[in-house]
Parts: sequence; C-alpha cells; structure tokens
Amino acid sequence: MSKIHITTSVNGDPTEFLCEADETLLDALRDRLGMTGAKEGCGTGDCGACSVTVDGRLVCSCLMLGAEAEGREIGTIEGMAEGDQLHPLQRKFIEHAALQCGICTPGLLVAAKSLLEKHPDPTEEEARYWLAGNLCRCTGYDKIIRAVMDAAQEMREAS
Amino acid sequence: MQYLAPTTVEEAVSALAAHSGDCRLLAGGTDLLVRMRSDMADPDAVIDLKRIDALRQINPEDGGWRVGAAVSGAEMGEHEGLVADWPGVVEATNLIGSTQVQGRCTMAGNLCNASPAADSVPAMVAAGAVARVVGPDGTRVVPVEEIPTGPGTTSLAKGELIDAIILPERGARSSDAYLRFIPRTEMDIAVVGCAVSLTLDEDGTCTAARVSLGAVAPTVLLVPEAADALIGTKVDDTALDALAAACSAAAKPIDDKRGTVDFRVHVAGVLAKRAAKIAKKRAGGAA
Amino acid sequence: MALDDKQQYQTRQFKVVGTRVKRPDGVDKVTGKARFGADMSAPGMLIAHVLRSPHAHARIKSIDTSAAEALPGVHGVVTRADFSEITDDDFTADILDNCMAGDKALYDGHAVAAVAANSVAVAKRALKLIKVDYEVLPHVTDVDAAMEDGAPVLHDGRANETVPEGMSPNVLARYEFGHGDIEAGLAKADRVIERTYKTEATHQGYIEPHACLASMGPDGQADLWCCTQGHYMVRNTCAAIMGMEQGQLRVTASEIGGGFGGKTTVFLEPVALALSRKTSRPVKMVMSRSEVLRATGPTASSSIDVRIGMTKDGQITAAFAELRYQGGAYPGSPVEFGSMSAFAPYDLENVKTVGWDVVTNRPKQAAYRAPGAPMAAYAVESAIDELAKGFGLDPLAVRLKNAAREGTKASYGPTFPAIGLEATLRAAKDHPHWAAPLGENQGRGVACGFWFNFGGDTCVTLNITPDGTVTVSEGNPDIGGSRASMSMMAAEELGIPYEQVRTIVADTGSLGQNEVTDGSRVTFAVGLATIESARAAKREMCKRAAMVWGIEEDAVKWEDGAAHPAGENAGKHPPMTLKEIAAVASNTGGPIAGHHEANPEGAGVSFATHMVDTEVDPETGAVKILRYTVFQDAGKAVHPDYVEGQFQGGAVQGIGWALNEEYIYGDDGILQNAGFLDYRIPVASDLPMIDTVILEIPNPGHPYGVRGVGETSIVPPLAAVANSVSEAAGVRLTQLPMSPPKVLSALHSK
Repeated sequence: MSKIHITTSVNGDPTEFLCEADETLLDALRDRLGMTGAKEGCGTGDCGACSVTVDGRLVCSCLMLGAEAEGREIGTIEGMAEGDQLHPLQRKFIEHAALQCGICTPGLLVAAKSLLEKHPDPTEEEARYWLAGNLCRCTGYDKIIRAVMDAAQEMREAS
Repeated sequence: MQYLAPTTVEEAVSALAAHSGDCRLLAGGTDLLVRMRSDMADPDAVIDLKRIDALRQINPEDGGWRVGAAVSGAEMGEHEGLVADWPGVVEATNLIGSTQVQGRCTMAGNLCNASPAADSVPAMVAAGAVARVVGPDGTRVVPVEEIPTGPGTTSLAKGELIDAIILPERGARSSDAYLRFIPRTEMDIAVVGCAVSLTLDEDGTCTAARVSLGAVAPTVLLVPEAADALIGTKVDDTALDALAAACSAAAKPIDDKRGTVDFRVHVAGVLAKRAAKIAKKRAGGAA
Repeated sequence: MALDDKQQYQTRQFKVVGTRVKRPDGVDKVTGKARFGADMSAPGMLIAHVLRSPHAHARIKSIDTSAAEALPGVHGVVTRADFSEITDDDFTADILDNCMAGDKALYDGHAVAAVAANSVAVAKRALKLIKVDYEVLPHVTDVDAAMEDGAPVLHDGRANETVPEGMSPNVLARYEFGHGDIEAGLAKADRVIERTYKTEATHQGYIEPHACLASMGPDGQADLWCCTQGHYMVRNTCAAIMGMEQGQLRVTASEIGGGFGGKTTVFLEPVALALSRKTSRPVKMVMSRSEVLRATGPTASSSIDVRIGMTKDGQITAAFAELRYQGGAYPGSPVEFGSMSAFAPYDLENVKTVGWDVVTNRPKQAAYRAPGAPMAAYAVESAIDELAKGFGLDPLAVRLKNAAREGTKASYGPTFPAIGLEATLRAAKDHPHWAAPLGENQGRGVACGFWFNFGGDTCVTLNITPDGTVTVSEGNPDIGGSRASMSMMAAEELGIPYEQVRTIVADTGSLGQNEVTDGSRVTFAVGLATIESARAAKREMCKRAAMVWGIEEDAVKWEDGAAHPAGENAGKHPPMTLKEIAAVASNTGGPIAGHHEANPEGAGVSFATHMVDTEVDPETGAVKILRYTVFQDAGKAVHPDYVEGQFQGGAVQGIGWALNEEYIYGDDGILQNAGFLDYRIPVASDLPMIDTVILEIPNPGHPYGVRGVGETSIVPPLAAVANSVSEAAGVRLTQLPMSPPKVLSALHSK
C-alpha cells in the first residue's frame, strides 16, 4: 500500500505530508505533522474535540480523510493565537475559567471562533446550539457560554 | 484502500463501474468514515465526489432546484432561494449532526446511507423530490422514496451514483416542515421524524399534501392516508387529529435503544400535527 | 520562631485565597500545547491494540496467536500467559484479570490479547488473525436477576463472611449501618411509604480516552507516561502486576482530559508495559471511545427499596433502605458508600441501611464522583419528597426539620462536627429561585446530598529558587485547576504574590507516595500539605534571617512575605524579604525548601442542596431543564471560579444520569450504545446556566477551613430532577433515566 502525497496549507503554512488512503485528517495532523492540538474524543463526529476548519468551514477532522486536504486551507487551534497575542476567545476562556481539564478546549475554541465569524452577535441560544457538537464533561457549559458571549461583545466593540 | 478524486461525473461513474471490489462513494463522509472507524466498512476504494464542481452547486431547474450530491447541509442553509422554497427540506438537512457535521454532510449521502431515521429523507419524500441517478447505462430519475430498500440498502445498481437531488417547483401558498423527536436537543438520531408538505388555496383549504414518516419502519414511509386527512380541509383541529391518527396507524416501528414501539407510534402522530401546523403557517394559512 | 503551627482552622483575613486568579496551565490549554495522554510519542515506538471478547460470558479454551505473530510489522503479542499469576492479593489479581482475561471473559469488551506493531493498520490486521476458542456461557447483566436462585454464576467462592448462606454466589458482600429501632419508629409515623427505585449504570464520560506510552528496557527499568488520576497508584499497581520493584518504574502523569473517578485504576498500562518488556520498544496505546464505554469502569446500576415513616408535621420517625448494586464482574461495587451516605443528611433516631454487593457480566466498575451516593440519595430524597408533598408540607421545611447538624450522630456512625447542610437549606429557602412562579407542565424539585470527602497520603515539596520565586511540587494530577489552588495557598501562606509561585505535578520519582486525585481530597489534603510546606520554608527562612542578624531564631517572625524581628528586644533590623533571604541562601546554609508528608484525617464532610425547574412536554414526555441552582458548602472556596465549576459540572453530570444516560445491554449481553451518539451526555443546548451559591462553613480540620467540593455536587441532582419532573408530570417516576419513553408511559398511566 503506497502512501498519498498531500500538499496543503495548515494555518497559512505550506505543508506537505504522506498519508494512508484511509487515514483521517485528524490522524494526519497529529501523527504526521505533530500537531496534537486537535484531540480525538470519539472518532465518530459526536464530540467535536477534533474540530478544525477546512477552507473556512468548521468540520470534524476525524470525519475527513487526510487525502481530502489536498489544496485546501486547514485551520487548527495551533493557528488561533497570533504570536504571543491570544485570540479574544482564548483570553476569555482563561478569564472565565471556561476550562477545567482542557481536553475539549481546542475544539470548542475553533468552533466558537467559527461561530463568531458567522454570527458576531449570537444569542445565548444560538451559541449553545452552534456548540452542541462540542462535548464538555467538566463544566456544564455555563462558563464556556459566558466566555463566548463576553468574547463576542469585546470583538464587536473592537471592530 | 485506494482514494480516488475524480473531477467529472463521467470519471466517477467509470471508476465506480470499473472497480471490482468494495468501492464506496464519499460525499460528506460523515457516515462512511464512522462506518470505517467502527469496522463496519472496510472498502477497497473510496471515490471522493467533492472534487466534481457540478456536484457542489445548487442550480435552478424547471422552476425548482437541483442540489448537487456534494452540497453540504451548511451550504443549503445559506442558500436563500432554496430556503424560501423548501424550508422543511433545508431544516431537515440542517438537523443532521452538529455544526461540524453540517460542514460536510449531504442530502444525497443521507439518502444513500439508507437509514430509516435519516432526517433529510422524510422531508425529501414529502417534497416529492427525485434523485438523478447516473450510471454506465445513462441517467435516470427516481423518486426519492424508491432509493432506500431497507436499512443500509438501496435500489442503485452497480456503477450507479446519485449526482443530484431535484426539488420540484414550489407553487403559491405552499410550504413544508420537518420535525423529529430526539431525547436531547441536538446530536441524536431521530426516534421519530415527520415531514409535511402542503398547498393551500386562497380560502386556506388544503388542496395537496404529502406526509412522510421516518424511523417508524425499515424505510422512510410516504403516508397517503395522512395526506388525505389534510386535503380538502382547513387543516383545523379535526383534520389534525385525523392526520395524527393516520400517522400513528401507519407507523410500524420496533423497540430499540432509542425508543419503544408505543412511544414511536404515539409521537408519530404528535409530530405530524405539529409539523402540519408549521407548514400551514409557512404557506400563509391562518393560525 | 513565632509561627502558628496549628493545622486546625484559624480565622484569618485572606489576600490571595478567595480571589479569581488565572490558572497557570491556561495558556497551554487554550493554544493546544498542553500534552494529554495520547499526545506523547517516543522514537522507535510501536502501537498496540487490544482484542476484546465479543461475548458477555465465555470460557476461553485456547488462544492461538501464531498467525498474528507471523504478520510482518508485528513485534509482540501478549495474552494472560505473559503475566505472572497473583495469588496473595485479590484486589490486584482482580485488576490484572480485568486488564487481561484469564480463563473466562466476563463481559462484552473484556481484553483477551494485545498486539504491538509498527503501525495501527498492522496491529488491527493482526488482531483479526488471533483465534480465540470460546465456550459461550449464560450471562446476567441485571442486578436483581443476578441475585436470583439459578442465575448464571460468575465466580464461585468469592462471597465474604458477611453474606448469609443460601444466596446466589453472585452476592459477594453485605453491609449494614444504622442505629435505633426501625419498627418502633415506623409505628409512630402518620404515614409510611415503601418504594423501589432503580437506576441504570452510567459512565464518567471524560472526553479523553485512556492512553499511555510505556518503555521498559532489558535492565528491568521502566518509564510510563499516562493519563491518570494517580500516577503513584499506577506505579504501585503496575509494579505489583509486572513483578517489579516500585522504584524501578517511573510514572509521569500527562495532562488529564477528565476522570471523575474513572481514571483511578489501570486498564492499558500493564498491557503496554508487558508488550514493551516483550519487544524492548516503547509501546503506545490509545483507547477508542467504544473501548472506553465497553471496557473501562462505569458506575454501578442499582435497585433500592426504601421504607420511611413521617408524622404529619414532617418529622421522620424511622428510615430504612436496602440497596443492591452491581459493580460489574468483580467485587467492589460502591454499595458500602451508598449504604453509609443514604441517610447522612438527616438527624434520625431510627435508621438502618443494608447493602448488597453483586457481580454481573458487565465491566468492572470504577469510582464515579461520590461513588455510590447519587443512587442512594435518589431513592431516599424521592421518598422524602413524596411524603412531604403528600402531607402538603414544604419540602425544604421538612428537610430543615430533620437536617443533620453539629452534634448529630450520623446514620453511618460518627458524630458530625460543624457542617453546612442547614446553611444550604436556608440559602435555598431565601433564594429568589424558590419563590419564582412556575408555568403549566412545569415543576420544581429540591434534594440534598452528602459526601464524606477524604485525606489520604500526601507529599509536597516547596522549593525557594535562588531568585526568590517558589516552585511547589505535588503528586496529584491537576484535573480541574488544582495547580492554581496550590499556588494560591502557597502564596497566601508565604505572603507573596500568586505570580511568584508555580506549581508542578511531579513524577513518581520525585516525591513520596501520593494518593490518587479522588475523594475530593486534593484542595484539602494537598492544600494542607502545601500550606505546611510553606510554613516549613518560612521557619527555615526565619532561621536564615536570624543568622544574618545574629539573633535567636525564635526572635524572628514572618509577615507579608518577609522576616521581621519579632519585637523590640530582637533589635532594629530592616525586614528581609523572601527574595533577599533566597539571594543569600547559599551563604546561610544552602538551598531553602519546605516539605510536608501527611495522611490528614480532618477532611470535612460536605453537603449540598439543589433546586431545579423542569418542564415536561405532555405529548412526548420530553423534559427540559429550565432553571438550576446549586447551594453547597465549600468550607473555604480557594478559587471560587473552580468551586463553581465543580458545582456546575457535577450538577450537569447528574442531569445526564437523571434524564438520558444509561448503559443499554441487549438480551445477548452486548452493550448496544458504545459511543457518544447513543450514550447521551448533555450537550450545550440542553441546558440553562447553572447558578451557584457557595456557602463557607469552615472545616475545622484544615488550616484555611477548606472542604473538598468535587463530589458532593453529583449527589443531589438525580433526586432533584426526579422530584421536579414528578411534579411537572403529575406522576411519580421511580426509575432512571427518565427518558422520554418512560415519562410518556408514566403520563399515560395516570
């Protein structure tokens, strides 16, 4: 079985990797590229811990083949901060104690960023439904939703 | 496993027809990759349809809409014309999985996965949608309800694929709605699903209707008796009760980890009433 | 030295404790840098996967691994034959048997072999080449069915001396607690109710599957990286299983992606070590979600009979409960804790509980947040609610009337010191939530809960660096912000800014024994040891200052982060700050450190009252959580954000348990919902904000008054939700989960 050569972009960096045909994008990111920020919580698209964006669209990287990344633009948690400047969502997650164990945090942040790009002024209900595919078992979601809403407000005021 | 990414439908069809082993189509992949991961599928080849531009488009066709097989749920939700004409079909497709899954899942894939609980299928059936099937022997058009033949099986022949779902022209004072019951508010498979599509005349009398149920039989059901309960009425409480009774009578579910027979039979009627009210309101009917 | 050395609580003004500082691991966790169990690799690493039993109960007649071993890329296969039998320690022998089946597979998913290969694909292919000859045996998964005569038997001769003769061999232990005379008490009641309640097994549902990376050399030394709640436990257990000396195995805890008790034992770790020993290569193992659900440690399912008598003014005259818990295929269900905690919130003259520990063909249970207590509280609090409402009494008033207080002899034996139950009930009664109006099909439920909390072996070292910053080394994986809490307590005690302290979780080679992160013990016990370490360092720093000043040690006192002369007679010396003392440490006797080793006994018990509003859809049985408020005693909230987080997280796990989470076994004994699709934990859109009220009734056994807060929060919600739903539905439900089909069926039976 020969591997497939993929040329893609990850967080704006031109990136190449070799992967098996049946390998997921998540496995390619983690095992081929050493980008372990996206997590596998379920492998079946039910937990959202592996969330990334592909050409700006939020997806579960466990439900996509690595080979499909050819020519696409992949965005991961590793690309969210700009240098030492945390994204407002990242700052608000820390300020609001929106993480306990932190395993769901990368996926939630990627998903929340995607929410605010599309809906800069979401209602609490919209935020909860947008993030329904990101399971968190520690927090009961309360502080996560507060952090997202607060970040949204700060970003609106800044823009 | 081989990964193929054709750029035309013809290439995809010939690759599919030529392959001797277990060859699967990947539209959104949100079912296929789960199956592969769960060792329920171990294909020899996967043909990715998303590199075929024509399959990624939503185009007007004969007054209705042709939705390419690789169009994602999220893209459907962002298409104003489609949402205006077929809000029920779009909301049904948008109920599949999470926001993340919406970025990938497709109506055609949902249909070909042939789950009796597929959310978009009852809505397509109620809409009178047809699937455009392309194969080695040419193209044919098949009513959506004739695609699944049982859980996980379809009527597609070897080498055939669905390249688009075609939704018919939506007339005046017509609309549709889809509701499903799930234990949580998101992320579950439908325990019961129900779609209602109807047309009212100027007096608010229902002149045409199609009602479809999901997750209550081996395949999604089109329930003509339920439609009959609405046609000729003002979709009033009496008609809605008759609709509910017809849906409950048509439901032939099983007990499983997601629900019981009694529950599904009862809730099929409840959802039908609620969906009919929404469709009626969307069609401009009096509350 | 004029320091107050008492470990007992002393009133004080806090500067750092009680504030909401940023956690030290925050940036790593929001940027994806934090390394969890599956995020580690090693050069030359192999990947291992486990072959699992497809049968609920089967004799393993033979295992043929030859074809798998012959597959190119496969480096090693292990089965039970690769482990020495453990004959002198049933507890560890059961853990080994659970990690790798011996002569029988005891549940669907039980490990029977494992393969290490140079890729995932090869490992998975090799698993298919292993031939296991099973003799399928009859199985039982329900607790009541397992106790019946003639039920399929898992083990013979495992029952202990507490079990009366004539019971099913599946009943392994009996527990009894209480005092007074039940029948005499019941005779004084105006009404006695008898009810049976059932709860299904639930899983902790941590989002991070188990993962580890083991490396063992031919010299017998080994290193292990894993996600666990206790790497010292992992070391000790694995060493026992592997026949190693504990000192030869160094375990490093990764960041841990949730545990809730489920990571207080081992599953993969001994297997990875055995494969590494066999292949002389590092071996990595990561579970799939389906493996997590099938073959780790969900909590018990239960069946509980309750008999309670009450007078018409709400006085409980007697209370009895018989609890039957199945804890999977091995002894050790949490029925003892259930029996002890069931009536702990109440001051009862006549009380008795009897508990039965039962085995079934299900995975070996592990701890789940307040193990055993939520089910017991569900039964008891449901019955009390029904009695109170039957008399038309306010359910909070009835609980207040019977509430345990300081001096109450608890149903499980001890007499309570200062406790906070009454404070939580009064706070609930005074809260606007209690007075808020309810709409149609809505109900409000309340329930109380109790947890013991725990101390346990603890070892902390606090080092003063040459530049005067402080590092705290502790041995407990940080599962919810404990590094922040330790830094805060160290900063508080030393009188320095929080930012001057950094806390790390040290590997097993760096500290003495540390009990697992469990029993809500870390903020209490590790906090106490951190404070004592800081005090030891302060004593040493006072000594160094005394040396510099040329005065007696006890003429120096520590205040606001500096040594000061204790009084006029000590001479006029300008204070020496921590940094100044650190700078001259080398010339005054060498490095400065404080350390503390303890097994503290004073973990204060904790109580909570929960209040929840629900709405029931009368046509579908769907339940919506409208409003939720947690009232809990934290003793002292070191970091209020993380205390609130524990309250909220526990409440929501309880909501899941009450409404939709359950292990569903088919008639074939196979788990039907081994994934997050059908094992339905709450999602964000299911919930409202979870309001919290922190009460602070100081724990006399901790210098700052801290009580554990992690577990109590999951005890009341099952009953609180059940009481709310029962009111909204107008019919009492007595089985969990209250999934829509069950609620609808109850509505139809009205």
